[in-house]
Amino acid sequence: MENEITACRLENGLQVQLKELHASPIISSWVWYRVGSRNETPGITGISHWVEHMQFKGTPRFPQGVMDKVISREGGTWNAFTYLDWTTFFETMPAEKIDTALQLEADRMVNSLYDLEEVSSERNVIISEREGNENEPLFQLGEAVQKAAFSVHSYRHEVIGDMNDLHSIQRDDLYRYYQQYYSPSNAVLAIAGDFDAEKMLVKIQAEFGELTASSPPPSFIPSEPTPATQQWVDVNGPGETAFMQVAYHAPQACQADFFPFTVLDSLLTGPSGLNMFGGGGISNKTSRLYQKLVETQLVVGVHGGLSATIDPYLYDITVTIHPERQPEEALLTLDEEIDRVLQSPVTEAEVQRAIKQARALFVYGAENVTNQGFWLGYSEMFASYDWFTRYLEHLSEVTPEDIWQVARKYLTRANRVVGIYHPAKGNQ
Amino acid sequence: MITHKQHKNTLPGADDITRDILANGITTLVRSNFNNPSVVIHGYLNTGALQDPDDKLGLADFTASMLMRGTQQHTFNQVYELLESSGASLGFSGNIHTTSFSGKALIEDLPMLLNLLFELITSPVFPQSYVEKMRSQLLTGLALRSQDTAEMANLAFDQLLFAGHPYSRPEDGYPETISKITRDDLVQFQKYNYGPRGMVLVIVGAIEPPHALDLVKAAFTGWINPEQTTPPALPELNPFSSTLERKETITGKVQSDIVVGCSGPRRNSAEYLPISLGNNILGQFGMYGRIGDVVREQSGLAYYAYTRLNSGIGPGSWQVSAGVNPVNVEKTIALVQEELARFVRQPVKVEELQDSQANFIGRLPLSMESNAGVASALVSLERYQLGLDYLRGYADKVKAVTPSEILEAGQRFLDPHKLAIAVAGP
Repeated sequence: MENEITACRLENGLQVQLKELHASPIISSWVWYRVGSRNETPGITGISHWVEHMQFKGTPRFPQGVMDKVISREGGTWNAFTYLDWTTFFETMPAEKIDTALQLEADRMVNSLYDLEEVSSERNVIISEREGNENEPLFQLGEAVQKAAFSVHSYRHEVIGDMNDLHSIQRDDLYRYYQQYYSPSNAVLAIAGDFDAEKMLVKIQAEFGELTASSPPPSFIPSEPTPATQQWVDVNGPGETAFMQVAYHAPQACQADFFPFTVLDSLLTGPSGLNMFGGGGISNKTSRLYQKLVETQLVVGVHGGLSATIDPYLYDITVTIHPERQPEEALLTLDEEIDRVLQSPVTEAEVQRAIKQARALFVYGAENVTNQGFWLGYSEMFASYDWFTRYLEHLSEVTPEDIWQVARKYLTRANRVVGIYHPAKGNQ
Repeated sequence: MITHKQHKNTLPGADDITRDILANGITTLVRSNFNNPSVVIHGYLNTGALQDPDDKLGLADFTASMLMRGTQQHTFNQVYELLESSGASLGFSGNIHTTSFSGKALIEDLPMLLNLLFELITSPVFPQSYVEKMRSQLLTGLALRSQDTAEMANLAFDQLLFAGHPYSRPEDGYPETISKITRDDLVQFQKYNYGPRGMVLVIVGAIEPPHALDLVKAAFTGWINPEQTTPPALPELNPFSSTLERKETITGKVQSDIVVGCSGPRRNSAEYLPISLGNNILGQFGMYGRIGDVVREQSGLAYYAYTRLNSGIGPGSWQVSAGVNPVNVEKTIALVQEELARFVRQPVKVEELQDSQANFIGRLPLSMESNAGVASALVSLERYQLGLDYLRGYADKVKAVTPSEILEAGQRFLDPHKLAIAVAGP
């Protein structure tokens, strides 16, 4: 896969990553800010996500209601996401229309209005978003597990924030947060698609070069102490279906253990790639936990999730319990399978299979320009683009011994939270 | 790996889509793309939930879900070992008119994918143990559906809008109908309803069309099914005489979902494009169009409030969806009704239409950048007999639509006093 890029930094600190792809007359432009729920403190949880929403509410040049029409009129798609470590905004446009996206992103990097009435209206929208999440058993379970897994680190809060904070955050809190973190020196501009890099740099300099930089506040994010014992979380709610989430503390993306852990996850719960936009997935029917849990009818579905983060986060295994079985039965079998990994190394053939699957997922994702733009900036949020370009190489260096060591280090009882969602089954 | 000079993707048309019909009735469409060493297959068999008995609703979907649980040649584990060890994927789903499939592989694995597709649809064995496993999974899915406010609001909406019509029946059935389905039902459904007649297969990826057609012929030419049935004709839709409402109570939830709407045009009707552009203005353009502006931006009532047009072979649906706090349900419905009334009272503004026309024309290349996007478009061209050059002439067709055409077409479907309104929540 071709990975040549043009990378530079403007005088105001804006990091620029450009990748030419000429297969389709399309350009995908991404602005990434190094701020997410990781930067939040109690009392303002959810503020990163709310600021992301407010960035769609207008500037003097692109007032509320004008911004979205500008992009849509040109046939573009755009959106934004907030996660633990980052907030990002993207536009994928017909190539000849990309100037509009650059103008808009440069403008709202520093000129957003944060009108009081818009803040008030958006508070209701975000509370509605949270209420929609609360309708979902897996959101309730995930939030409780996250909170139990972290005692001091800010990863203990859901990105959307606590309901109390969503009621109490004020306009000035939002605007201050925006001014602190939305600055060229705290951002990465990543663009992939059908353009000439030299000409694109001239455009970027013209739109972003004069923006004034400010330094984000120093962060004091406490390290999470090593857990001493296994934790249990029980969540009760409506429904007929039980769920279980087993979450292990896991290495951060830059840690060498991350790559063996990725292969381990693939063996246990099936392959998952780095594609956010298209490319599809590969089923997990031959994975170890599917075979032991679904094929034996203890559960009706299993999946695993390992996130690339700045600080150590979680590796979770989530199962939907079979209607005639109990979560405790599934946990017993899950632990037997984990113990099997701890007791004897996996085979070389299994490792090679996982690597081929990862390679296929990369190929599928690469046909999409939006994915390519996403990868350019995403990897910079917790490592560097080099982390991404060497991803398959790192995976191919993983040995059965590495996986065994990683399993013994992380997949211990003391290192995990077991969460169970108990449905009321009509006793509501 | 095949190496070809990188080609600039253009909109598919008659000069670069190869269409072929086998003697047994299978239509194949192929389009090359050598920019990525992968391939996708999309398509369908001409049978679906329309052929489900009322008391065994969900049979077509159950049958489709069981295809990969073992064949005369391979067990369940062997089927998935073939796919997953190659980094490939293949899946089936039962829809109202069709049983659709889609798959993806690295290009060197296309023969494996096509041979497996043939094997799965022609010689599944429906092992009894897997029938019960699948039943549990389907019943769990239905239990989750019963707790999902959005899904239950949509289900109630379809039951109101399509009362007395097969479209009122959910393709995934009900717990009591799934419980009644036997292994023999699955065997019979596959035996009499699966066949080459009416099957469509689309291949898009790093392969020359003649080579792809050779692979298809090698796998599928010998397939015949003299007993293949013909799906029944669709009845007419019963018109509404007044607005009908239904509330589904789901205890313990904190948000309600609302669906408000009416019937919509068929995909290949002349009204489709005017209604589609009108729908974009009403509830999609920008951040959800007029509906999003009133419900989300001005009133702050919902995180999502948008419209959707579902058009296919038969009568479609045109609906507004929103998720709101339960105390705001009535207020939101009133706002939506007012917007719908405005939409059929006066023509859309020229500027609004121009925005949506530019949006439709501009976003078309974006939807064609991946093999899956192109394959999906080719399936639609064949399904609705739009012609192989439809996408090339699309911009001109979009630009030709006028505000008065949108108003007239809208008035034919949308009567603010004859709506279906469904709510699911606490």
